[in-house]
Amino acid sequence: MIELEGLTKYYGDTLAVDHLTFTVRPGMVTGFLGPNGAGKSTTMRMMLDLDHPTEGTVRIDGKHYRQLNDPLTYIGALLDAKAVHGGRSAVNHLLCLAQSNGIPRERVGEVLDTVGLTSVADKRSKGFSLGMSQRLGIAAALLGDPKILLFDEPVNGLDPEGIHWIRNLMKNLAAQGRTVFVSSHLMSEMALTAEHLVVIGQGRLMADMSMAEFIQQNSRSYVRMRSPEPERLLDVLHVEGIEAVAVGNGSLEIDGVPADELGGLAARHQLVLHELSPQRASLEEAFMRLTAESVEYHAHDGEPVAAYAGTQEPAPSGWGADWQKKGS
Amino acid sequence: MAEVPRVLRSEWTKIKSVRSTMWTLGTAVLVTIALGMLICTLVRVDFGSKSINQQITFDPTNVSFTGMTLGQLAMIVFGVLVVANEYSSGMIRTSLAAVPQRATFLFCKLLVATALVLVVGLVTSFAAFFAGQAVLGEHRAYLSDPGVLRAVIGGGLYMTLIALFSMAVASMLRSAMLSLGVLMPFFFLISSILGNVSATRKLGRYLPDQAGQKIMQVIAPVNDPVPYGPWGGLAIMMGWTAVALAGGFLVLKKRDA
Repeated sequence: MIELEGLTKYYGDTLAVDHLTFTVRPGMVTGFLGPNGAGKSTTMRMMLDLDHPTEGTVRIDGKHYRQLNDPLTYIGALLDAKAVHGGRSAVNHLLCLAQSNGIPRERVGEVLDTVGLTSVADKRSKGFSLGMSQRLGIAAALLGDPKILLFDEPVNGLDPEGIHWIRNLMKNLAAQGRTVFVSSHLMSEMALTAEHLVVIGQGRLMADMSMAEFIQQNSRSYVRMRSPEPERLLDVLHVEGIEAVAVGNGSLEIDGVPADELGGLAARHQLVLHELSPQRASLEEAFMRLTAESVEYHAHDGEPVAAYAGTQEPAPSGWGADWQKKGS
Repeated sequence: MAEVPRVLRSEWTKIKSVRSTMWTLGTAVLVTIALGMLICTLVRVDFGSKSINQQITFDPTNVSFTGMTLGQLAMIVFGVLVVANEYSSGMIRTSLAAVPQRATFLFCKLLVATALVLVVGLVTSFAAFFAGQAVLGEHRAYLSDPGVLRAVIGGGLYMTLIALFSMAVASMLRSAMLSLGVLMPFFFLISSILGNVSATRKLGRYLPDQAGQKIMQVIAPVNDPVPYGPWGGLAIMMGWTAVALAGGFLVLKKRDA
């Protein structure tokens, strides 16, 4: 269990983390979501007492990080995969960490085996690919068999097989009753692994709720219609008192009326339809909407949300389908 | 609380598992001994042409340590790398997550590195002395001569303090490039310039290396009265090192990793 209370961090005059208060609970994967520069890494560094908070506190099972006996046996963290001395072999890197926390030497071989690096254990980590470094960082996090695990953007730089592996690893760790806290800037990644979501933007808490709640609140369902006679279709809908929104390329989006009803309506008026499809706005869109105002580095042309929605054309096969599967 | 013996063992694993340790310390040993022997050879060949005065104040012990002016640079590199490698690689975050008591972390690291340097420094100093004296032949000094043993042990202490001072500076500056950029020209050029120009000599005497080197002299040079003895000089050098260590600790304690 990790408890943050009013956690605040200024770098000079810049406010990086703004009075964050939330709790990370055991037995599930908690996703820590936010755009780049939202303060995720700073928050995680403060959890490990690496950066000093300007205000507020972090408690790990009720204690300050510095009060933990052999902290690696309480909380394991992967912050930056490249944060190892490149001239040291994987086994020596893990050995010096193990020794500092009184962890038996055999454990080094075990975690190397878990992450699949046994064959390169004696190689200097300088030559490791990003994926291998990521695995070494995860081995270091698992070294003390900790109850709490922090992963900062763990899938960055991993190949699909590695991504799959880490998703399963996180779920398994949570299933064993551990606290797993994972940051990401990709909603799609979180939708696959996290049961609980903490969303921040510009250092402020935007949402702290279960994934199911987030989906319920934020995923809008609507029907998309496209006809070669858009004007007549609009008139017909208008007469029925149905509100439709025109979205570029001649499509209409209709909220709150089921697709079969709309199809029947079109048939009664002998309207040709080229498309009639129920849609679900992606969680990625919901996340974008939530954090749109807080994104620190905007691209300059166009509204980010509108631009995104435009590129989101063939939505149904996206990851939105994935969480539906997962939910069922 | 992190336990000191565990952190010491961990730091020992760190230090012996990187190649730079072997390279820098090996270079320091070889350069100090080899250059000392070369200078001793030149001095011996040239001895007859020196004035009577120069012959009387000839200090065979000190001459065999001449190689240290170059050898100490490798010691500086060792000291800087031991500390600054943590920062340049980002390893410092992993290390401090494992040992959040920053004083324990820093002083265990420095203790292990200093102990290693002390052993290497003493071996180097004795080896440089015996090799140099063997070359000097009839002009040689003996370990049993007054002040010689003190000078030879002092040579090892001097190398140790140079390395420790470098570690402390690197903890303050947190960058290998920056630390070497400050320490190298300082010890190789600035200090000897300040010490050899008469206007600044009085000041230069109190610089860490100039004061520390006094312990390696057995026969004081003429016309150069120094206001401190061999141990006094070493104490001045220790003072500098202590101040640098305090600075390095404060930086580590106050700043975000």
